[in-house]
Amino acid sequence: MIKTLMKQIGEFKRDSLLTPVFMVLEVVMETIIPLLMASIIDDGVEKGDIRHIYMMGAVMVVMAVIGLIAGVGGGTFGARASAGFARNLRQAMYDNIQTFSFASIDKFSTASLITRLTTDVTNVQMAYQMILRMCVRAPVSMVCAMVMAFFLSPELASVYLIAVVVLAVVLAVIMRRATIYFQQAFPKYDDMNASVQENISGIRVVKAYVREKFETSRFMTASRNIFNIFVKAERQLVITFPLMFATVYACILTLSWLGAKLIVQSGQTALTTGELTSLLSYCMSILMSLMMLAMVFVMITMSIASARRIAEVLNEKSELKDPDDPIYEVPDGSIRFDHVSFRYNQSSEKPVLHDIDLDIRAGETVGIVGGTGSGKTSLVNLISRLYDVSEGAIYVGGHDVRSYDMEALRNQVSVVLQKNVLFSGSVLENLRWGDENATREECVRACQLSCADEFISKMPDGYDSHVERGGANLSGGQRQRLCIARALLKKPRVLILDDSTSAVDTATDARIRTALSTQLADTTRIIIAQRISSVQAADRIIVMDDGTISGIGTHEELLEHNEIYRSVYESQTQGGGDFDEHGGDD
Amino acid sequence: MSKQTQDTRRPVRPKIQVENPGALIGRLLGYIGKKYLVQCIIVVLCIFVSVFAMVQSTLFTKTLIDDYITPLLLSEAPDFAPLAAAIIQVGIFCACGIIAALVQQLVLVYLTQGTLRNLRDDLFAHMQKLPIRYFDTHSHGDIMSIYTNDIDTLRQMISQSLPQMLNSVISIVSVLASMLVLNLPLTMVSLVMVAVMVLCSKKLVGLSGTYFLKQQRDIGAVNGYIEEMMDGQKVVKVFCHEEQAKADFKILNDQLFDSAYNANRFANSFFPVVIQLGNLSYVVCAVVGGIMALSGFWGFTLGGLVSFLTFNRSLNSPIGQISQQLNSVVMALAGADRIFRLLDEEEEQDEGTVSLVNARFRQDGVLAECEERTGLWAWKVVHSDGSVEYIQLKGDVTFDHVDFGYVPEKIVLHDISMYATPGQKIAFVGSTGAGKTTITNLINRFYDIQDGKIRYDGVNINKIRKGDLRRSLGMVLQDTHLFTGTVMENIRFGRLDATDEECIAAAQLANADGFIRRLPDGYDTVLTGDGANLSQGQRQLLSIARAAVADPPVLILDEATSSIDTRTEKIVQDGMDALMTGRTTFVIAHRLSTIRNSDCIMVLEQGRIIERGSHEQLLEEQGRYYQLYTGNKPADQKKD
Repeated sequence: MIKTLMKQIGEFKRDSLLTPVFMVLEVVMETIIPLLMASIIDDGVEKGDIRHIYMMGAVMVVMAVIGLIAGVGGGTFGARASAGFARNLRQAMYDNIQTFSFASIDKFSTASLITRLTTDVTNVQMAYQMILRMCVRAPVSMVCAMVMAFFLSPELASVYLIAVVVLAVVLAVIMRRATIYFQQAFPKYDDMNASVQENISGIRVVKAYVREKFETSRFMTASRNIFNIFVKAERQLVITFPLMFATVYACILTLSWLGAKLIVQSGQTALTTGELTSLLSYCMSILMSLMMLAMVFVMITMSIASARRIAEVLNEKSELKDPDDPIYEVPDGSIRFDHVSFRYNQSSEKPVLHDIDLDIRAGETVGIVGGTGSGKTSLVNLISRLYDVSEGAIYVGGHDVRSYDMEALRNQVSVVLQKNVLFSGSVLENLRWGDENATREECVRACQLSCADEFISKMPDGYDSHVERGGANLSGGQRQRLCIARALLKKPRVLILDDSTSAVDTATDARIRTALSTQLADTTRIIIAQRISSVQAADRIIVMDDGTISGIGTHEELLEHNEIYRSVYESQTQGGGDFDEHGGDD
Repeated sequence: MSKQTQDTRRPVRPKIQVENPGALIGRLLGYIGKKYLVQCIIVVLCIFVSVFAMVQSTLFTKTLIDDYITPLLLSEAPDFAPLAAAIIQVGIFCACGIIAALVQQLVLVYLTQGTLRNLRDDLFAHMQKLPIRYFDTHSHGDIMSIYTNDIDTLRQMISQSLPQMLNSVISIVSVLASMLVLNLPLTMVSLVMVAVMVLCSKKLVGLSGTYFLKQQRDIGAVNGYIEEMMDGQKVVKVFCHEEQAKADFKILNDQLFDSAYNANRFANSFFPVVIQLGNLSYVVCAVVGGIMALSGFWGFTLGGLVSFLTFNRSLNSPIGQISQQLNSVVMALAGADRIFRLLDEEEEQDEGTVSLVNARFRQDGVLAECEERTGLWAWKVVHSDGSVEYIQLKGDVTFDHVDFGYVPEKIVLHDISMYATPGQKIAFVGSTGAGKTTITNLINRFYDIQDGKIRYDGVNINKIRKGDLRRSLGMVLQDTHLFTGTVMENIRFGRLDATDEECIAAAQLANADGFIRRLPDGYDTVLTGDGANLSQGQRQLLSIARAAVADPPVLILDEATSSIDTRTEKIVQDGMDALMTGRTTFVIAHRLSTIRNSDCIMVLEQGRIIERGSHEQLLEEQGRYYQLYTGNKPADQKKD
């Protein structure tokens, strides 16, 4: 996991290395400056030597400037390295997500991908900056102070050694225990926030059922639990600061006592008063460094969960691979299913599609109907190789779909997905997803075919009108027509409409179908629909039921022989169309 | 007010800058003090004690050398007893300091977590009472970030920054006082240096603040873009748009890198700048003080200078600490500002007095209130003279010349009049934006009308308590929302005292029983993330079951079956029709089969009812409905 993440440091290696270097320089200055200060007092002020004060003062100013440069430099490089690391992580994850197969997208879920790209990266960024700035600095600062202390008086410095060891052990125990509590606390905290999220988005339901008080009391229970668990976790840490104070005070007092004795008994030979003062001043910096290390350690443990989640995304490999010698051209729009079975999850018992055999001629129009969960969408998703079959094979234009270059295949087998998404940008920009080089005329032409031109041309800026995120400023039917136009611009061999006209009224739906069948006669068209009228005119209609084909035939044949089809038809009877939409066109 | 209408790719995040930080801190402290006054006092006292102990231990070095070691060195037979006594005395101070620190930390944990808990509870309880309008005008992401980011930064501030700063301020004040006693002019020199530090910090805070603000915006932009693209990830794949998506993301990502880098760069520079300025101050004081002491100016002695320099040195670290905390305080205050702004939002007003009660007919045929559920309800009207009237709840809804607009300037519903009698099924059809959903949101008073009257069983709905009004209306909304919990709990959401059997019966009625039983744990299957593991159709069936278990006198179905296949819909509809016999149902649908058997169909267009009547009547009229239904346009309306 660490290796995966480290790779993303990339061009910020230099900054990552320079940060600790500068921090060490700062520490060195931090160690020298107190010596200069002591010298100013001992040799300058005490002796009334103003020239010594001037000299040491000048040296100290230089040191301070170096310290300043080191500190600011360390801060700058640290900021650059960590912000850069975060940038690379985000980009790498995002880029890798682009290679994800549909199966991987399903596996991670949109919400979790968003959290990984945002919150988790921020956590790692903070931790990384901490590590760069503190992980070297703190130990070096401790060692520096320790060395100086030993240099002054090995006997007395051993007091520090004992203190540091004791404190380190106790801190380690505390941190360990606290980490366990925190690891329990954070998922609970996430759960509570998830419930807030639900209540915000579901506020209408809450209000409609007058459940405000009920939800509030439920939330308060969760909030009390959070309170309890966090208090428990933080209580583990309460002892750290007092403990640290206790150690500092104990050191100071012990050193005062031992030091005084040593000075007096040896008559200033083993230790001078000035040296004792310096010894005492190192006390703080040694123990502070230890404290710093402990804090870094906590931050690291807290961000490890985030790092793991990021690594998961980075390590996810698409199971769909382009073949070694791919075919780039789909010769025609014929499709053949050869004993195809499919399951989304290898471990699931019951396949979503079971032993499908199917032959579709180029240029044919095929309708697919069937109940919710009967496998219609799964069936068509296999054609453009959004998923790989579990058993059997699918041939498009006579070649196995796995022998095509994926991009070429998907460009020539155009799917209008059930869950259609438009992106923020102009109408034209959205259309050009289908073909980025499409001229305005080509776009208009595609929109005319999908009956989208009639509402686009009435929008204030026509084809340059702004589409909001997710197409929020368009109605359901308008979105669907725009999505069809977008798919048409690919000039595909096979066009698949997965319930793509459900929000379009019956009359417009019929016009779109007519336009497609006259203008795109060579293109194989597969239409999934809830509405019988959408597929009635197809050359053949496939009735899906529970992952198998229950019947294939023309409308009349199926009405006669297929019970499911008949009952769907009867539930809709004659016109049976949909409302919506039409008003917007007049 | 932040409205969500701007370009959504770059959502405008609330500003970091706070208008009146003083008042805000005051309010925050007031909020904490309201519940935790004693704890606050304890913490402040503890801080004083620990600062005192700290000062004692630093001063001791000088005492040790001047009062003990130097005399002892001179004496022939050194007696260490007084030294031991002095050390024990300081040791006692230190022990007090340690205990104070422990108590302070312990109390702070409760104080911090307790305050956060109170804030969360208050926020949530208050949020539940806000009108729907609030949720229309504020992005859910922004509301959410109050609970997460803002509360989190506040924790940092209450538990660390505030005590730390108080600690530092006490230290600074006590040190400054000692310095003043020693030498006034030199203190002035020190103060000038402090002023320089403050100025530099201010400059750096300003710089990093600007970039933090920019960073916040860039994060918003990146998050927004990620959300949009992740939502449409499958479309990206289908259109082989991956390269373009990567390039677009890179631009935003690079911007974020730039602002994050700069924000952190300046923030990281605070501490070194302040500390080194402190060192500079030390040198200046040493030089100036040295000259003063040597020339005997103002009777300033060398011993005095030594002490002064020690104090000057101990002034450094508290100032450094304050500067380090400044950024988190500024961020936390911005968060507190948003928190209080939400708490200040006006609650939904409810001036209704008429309540809904269970009722039964007494032997003499008079309607009377009763405790248990009878399947019969009554409106309890208390008149101004104290007399009580019971009106049987029938589900009789009338609209009398109703006008409505989400904003007063833009009326979206014009002069709506309609009459729904108990047992009727009323359908609304019309294009998107014609006002169908709006009408139903007026009946349950999600919004209040501008003009006209809505009456429910003859009672003006403004007089009915909102809770009771809504309880009498079962709603299945266009967007299904399920809550984390078991399937059973989600159905029971409709009526909290429903038994398991009643819930299962409701599920059967909604034709949801079949798929629920196929779920891994049946009715005990836990749903998470708004029922993410269910299909849209299944979620709709569950929300219908939820409405069915509520067994309401009036039912509103807003596109409730749009994702359910027509065969299943037929079954559900038969069940619902049976349930609603003798009760009123409002249906919004674009699928004709859903509404065909309605008693009255209202055709809406641009906020007006343009046609009304039964299916047959409307077909005969050959108007808009006919045109929508048959797909043929009447000759006189030819277009396109």
